[in-house]
Amino acid sequence: MDQPVALSDQPHQHVTFADGMALECGARLARLTVAYRTYGTLNAARSNAVLVCHALTGDQYVAETHPITGKPGWWDQVVGPGRPVDTDRFFVICANVLGGCMGSTGPRSPRDGSAGETSTPSAPTPSPPWGTDFPPVTIRDMVRAQHRLVTHLGIARLFAVIGGSMGGMQVLQWAADYPDMVFAALPIASAAYHSAQNIAFNEVGRQAIFADPDWQGGRYWVSGRVPARGLAVARMCAHITYLSEQALTRKFGRRLQTAPKDSQEAISLFGDMFEVESYLHHQGSTFVSRFDANSYLTITRAMDYFDLAADHGGDLASAFRGTRTRFLLVSFTSDWLFPTAESRSVARALNRAGANVSFVEIASDKGHDAFLLDEPDFHRTLAGFLSGCAAHAKL
Amino acid sequence: MNVQDPVRFVAKNLRVDLQLIAAMIAPATRVLDIGCGDGTLIEELFTTKGCDARGIEIDMAEVTRAVAHGLPVMHGDADSDLAQYPDDAFDYVVLSRTLQAVERPREVLRQMLRIGSRAIVSFPNFGHWLVRWQLLRRGRMPMTATWNRMWYETPNIHPCTIRDFFDLCAQEGYGVERWFAADEAGRRAPWRRFPRLANLFGEQAVFLLRRTGI
Repeated sequence: MDQPVALSDQPHQHVTFADGMALECGARLARLTVAYRTYGTLNAARSNAVLVCHALTGDQYVAETHPITGKPGWWDQVVGPGRPVDTDRFFVICANVLGGCMGSTGPRSPRDGSAGETSTPSAPTPSPPWGTDFPPVTIRDMVRAQHRLVTHLGIARLFAVIGGSMGGMQVLQWAADYPDMVFAALPIASAAYHSAQNIAFNEVGRQAIFADPDWQGGRYWVSGRVPARGLAVARMCAHITYLSEQALTRKFGRRLQTAPKDSQEAISLFGDMFEVESYLHHQGSTFVSRFDANSYLTITRAMDYFDLAADHGGDLASAFRGTRTRFLLVSFTSDWLFPTAESRSVARALNRAGANVSFVEIASDKGHDAFLLDEPDFHRTLAGFLSGCAAHAKL
Repeated sequence: MNVQDPVRFVAKNLRVDLQLIAAMIAPATRVLDIGCGDGTLIEELFTTKGCDARGIEIDMAEVTRAVAHGLPVMHGDADSDLAQYPDDAFDYVVLSRTLQAVERPREVLRQMLRIGSRAIVSFPNFGHWLVRWQLLRRGRMPMTATWNRMWYETPNIHPCTIRDFFDLCAQEGYGVERWFAADEAGRRAPWRRFPRLANLFGEQAVFLLRRTGI
């Protein structure tokens, strides 16, 4: 946890829009870069595209080995050949969100809007990054950036938009803003607004980053020391909210772990360390090698701002009035970050709007993270829903 | 299905029962099936009649099965979820053998005929002669093929007879467009013109109601 590893700069597949993009806050990005990955083949009718929206700390590497961590894609159990989102059948697109740190425009991007992540040899001196001056972005801004990408790829209508957690927020925003472009929408373990409790947890994470002396007001590129400790603590705190009491008990219980003999540091102040502590330390320290602290601040804020009903006169149903999109909402019994009640209230709003909605709560003790894990009922539900939609779409 | 299984009600005699209901539904209409189980009726209506058919089901295992089969079904229940739908969202709202198990049957019927212009309701008839006979002869709660759960564990908290149902429709001002009594297997019985006979010999009844004034 004490070995800060700066997020490496490496090229990601991307498209840059030289005309930039206006943001909801009124600011304008002079250039917009969207980093993305695609899987499968777009059919001749361009009708089999599925957009996957990633969560807070996800990225575009859905279904392939991650270039930095070397780990499998974050949703490789769901997206791939023969998987519920079958890449033999669908053309899957996933973009790094606006404000992210895997190649899309965000706080690490050069402030002058020059070529983004890839350094152009002709550029004389690299412009300093945005840092904390990066404009506050919203879920809607993220979706508008994805919309640019989808249009750039020549796709007029997405067969499906799917995402969990913050990805589900983007799905709802897509369905509300571009109803004719979304045949099926699948917000998983998500909500139409970020709850007070979730904002509270995000704030703890942000304060942990601010409290790290290496944060240096967000200008940590000057010294080259990144706020690894603060970002790791933010991750540790958030990670607890992704699990459940049952899952923690099952995985770690109260087991103690003994320090390796040659360990430099005392394993903890108290001599022994619980396995759950060690696990969280590991989660924290691996996170800082692939995530940027200022991006974490930007994206958590975007989630906090999200309130789809508020943008529609306080009535969530009016966001979806007249929609022809087919919806599938999925929640998990032990998810206390995005509990079933929130998915149910979205389902009811969709009913009020007369929308075609399926809604399933999957029994799982794995907490919010269940949407990322091996949950056969969930995967069967996804696959069946998509097949049903494909029949209706005559795909 | 084993009668010991913890189900809401007795096993539905799916094919025949639901086919009778499906026969009442015009093609290419909007249908909501409340208590749709694994979605058999919805699938039938979509594949054979091109209906926009959707379902609500309270049993999560059934919901998962239906959605995994590609059918638009949501978890919910008749007592609390119907109020969410707008007026006239459907042409038909179907409640198959569930009315007797809901908390507020009269309110559920009102909601059905608010969100749909027509309602199709089927229910097991508590006026069947065997039910009457068992109660009269033994003085104990009847146990028949239809009413097959002990009183302390039955989900059927609001049993009614065919004549009771006619009365309620009259009281609420619902038009009875069609009705018939059937045996447990769903075969139609020949007492259609005689509600009293139907009430004695019909094990279940199917009603097609419409909102009056349309």
